[in-house]
Amino acid sequence: MSDGRILIQGGRVIDPGQDLDGAFDLLIEDGAVAKIDGRIEKSENTEVIDAAGLIVCPGLIDIHVHLREPGQEYKETVRTGTLAAAAGGFTGVACMANTEPVNDSRSITEHILLEARRHGFAHVYPIGAISKGQKGEELAEIGEMIRAGAVAVSDDGRPVMNAELMRRALLYAQHFDVPVIQHAEDLNLTGKGVMHEGEWSTRLGLPGIPGSAEDVMIARDIILTEDTGGRYHVAHLSTARSLDMVRRARAQGLRVTCEVAPHHLILTDEEVAKSGFSTNTKMKPPLRSERDRAALVNGLADGTVDCIASDHAPHHQDEKDVEFNLAPFGILGLETTLSLILDRLVHPGILSLRRMIELLSAGPARVLGLPGGTLKAGSPADVTLFHPDEEVTIRAAAFRSRSRNTPFDGWKLKGHPVATILGGRRIAVPER
Amino acid sequence: MADPQAQWDRKDLLGISDLSPGEIQLILDTAESFAEVGERPIKKVPTLRGKTVVNLFFEASTRTRSSFEIAEKRLSADNLNFSTSGSALEKGESLIDTAMNLQAMAPDLVVIRHAYPGTPHRLAKRLKAGIINAGDGAHEHPTQALLDAFTIRRHKGKLDGLRVAILGDIEHSRVVRSNIHLLKKMGATVVVGGPRTMMPVGIEAMGVEVAFTLDDAIRNADVIMMLRIQLERQGRLAFPSVREYFQLFGLTTERLRGAKEDVIVMHPGPMNRGVEIASELADGPYSVILEQVTHGVSVRMAVLYLCSLVHKEGA
Repeated sequence: MSDGRILIQGGRVIDPGQDLDGAFDLLIEDGAVAKIDGRIEKSENTEVIDAAGLIVCPGLIDIHVHLREPGQEYKETVRTGTLAAAAGGFTGVACMANTEPVNDSRSITEHILLEARRHGFAHVYPIGAISKGQKGEELAEIGEMIRAGAVAVSDDGRPVMNAELMRRALLYAQHFDVPVIQHAEDLNLTGKGVMHEGEWSTRLGLPGIPGSAEDVMIARDIILTEDTGGRYHVAHLSTARSLDMVRRARAQGLRVTCEVAPHHLILTDEEVAKSGFSTNTKMKPPLRSERDRAALVNGLADGTVDCIASDHAPHHQDEKDVEFNLAPFGILGLETTLSLILDRLVHPGILSLRRMIELLSAGPARVLGLPGGTLKAGSPADVTLFHPDEEVTIRAAAFRSRSRNTPFDGWKLKGHPVATILGGRRIAVPER
Repeated sequence: MADPQAQWDRKDLLGISDLSPGEIQLILDTAESFAEVGERPIKKVPTLRGKTVVNLFFEASTRTRSSFEIAEKRLSADNLNFSTSGSALEKGESLIDTAMNLQAMAPDLVVIRHAYPGTPHRLAKRLKAGIINAGDGAHEHPTQALLDAFTIRRHKGKLDGLRVAILGDIEHSRVVRSNIHLLKKMGATVVVGGPRTMMPVGIEAMGVEVAFTLDDAIRNADVIMMLRIQLERQGRLAFPSVREYFQLFGLTTERLRGAKEDVIVMHPGPMNRGVEIASELADGPYSVILEQVTHGVSVRMAVLYLCSLVHKEGA
């Protein structure tokens, strides 16, 4: 590993931020992008990476990840989660606050950052809780957490049900110019629901979660955003109607952004039946209808969706291998996102390669105001290299994540991550 | 009767949705031949001698479990009842561990009842034993639909072309789902009726008509099935009171008028007299409710027999 110079030769560099797409060499010096040019000659003390046949792009960022540390290290740790990130082509992850204890204080934020620095496979951007203990009652010490390095606030895993608290959060977060990220779900409408309410929940006899459980929360929050002038980000948006509301709010000039998860772009509620009640088809929000899925895909192309974020949610096999109704919600994402989007959306011509890269780098960086997301000279040298069309088979048993809960095990997909460079340092992911 | 081995290759009966009309026919015909056993002075045949059947009931059930138990005994199987209320998890042992422990004792068939949909399906992938679904949440209850069909066929001589109304808590009923699958496959028309708050979204996609009044639902019906209102779900009832429910959806002899003259009235039990069905109707000439119970044994004998013919490789 050379902390000095890395020269990436012969790749196709795509950087939507500079409107760049072509055969270029890229030189990294002192942890930053030094130069991009048609041909850069190798000088002394330079590690050369042959990128022939590969795409070279800004390091991918996933702004919705559960690293489970502290408290649930049997599911994932900062180390294994960031290893999974690196293996999946990501150089940065933002991690949610629903740890044990909840990341609602400076000390937990600092602990996560310390672990991240100790292992260093990817940048970690902690997201602090909105409310103390994520109980939805009183504001957490948002200012202290931001000062310690948190980049946004969210009670993700749970919604902020109390409209008054949400209003206060949207006001208070403006002091730090960070978005309030909502897990939009009216828990009364969800009830005991375990999958999307529709034809398939009816056929399977499983309690349904109506799309309106998400929609009414987003409608409420958009009104509060308008009144407060706050910055509002919708986590894992999953319905056509919610997307329409975000589109209208943006047209109105409100500071509203949203992310969509790969599984909501690729699978539908029918998957619960097709998989024979596999609990790896159970997550929140649930896999929605085909109509919703198609609308989300359109939202990627038309710019309504700001970024793709995986909601990487590790759970131990023993927790998932139970009755469908009893299994925890959530699936892994970091090690499948890139291949899934390439194979299912880019190769069929639904999404351009450039837009995909934007949705996975500049887009998420913009939502949270993170460094990175571009290869402009002088930017931090966070770079992802991936093969655009070589076929791989997803093998959960080989994941670097500590968990295995994916519905995509065994899927053959065209395109896969090859390497990441983090702050000018090539990340070596141990083979498994 | 045709050679069943030529037409049946399932070790499991998980739901009606998987079955072909030919398979349904075969079960009903096989049940006819077992029905006679129940009328003998010595009610026993050696069909399943030396086979072990476990009745694994994760949810309280008296009627279905007794029916399976009698069917197993009449077939000379060795049987074992393994009951636990609530989920296995609440007892500290996982479902999979419970199942694997049973597997280690090498049963031939496992009859399973569980409060959550899909549990028999997931166990069927793990266990060598044949799995018979005795009700999984609000998903399927295949032997109930089969015994209902058997009873209808006894009275009407056919299923094809009949108009069947099913009334009550459609959302939480496994009986209705299995019956819809079966009746549609066999050429009947199905109308479901009940309060809007108990009508699941998208039920039309299963090929049924939907009615929101009792009169609309039962008009010209050949068969009326009343579903049990789950009074134990008090507090989360989807209607204001039992009294109001009976006024709107309770079936009485008086209200039968819109149906066909030779209509039969069914109920999967246990009944709430005076809630979904009036006592005098339940005990009256239109009712075939106790016949359903009798036929349940024959149908379950047929299912146990057919599934015992098939041995799973590996698993």
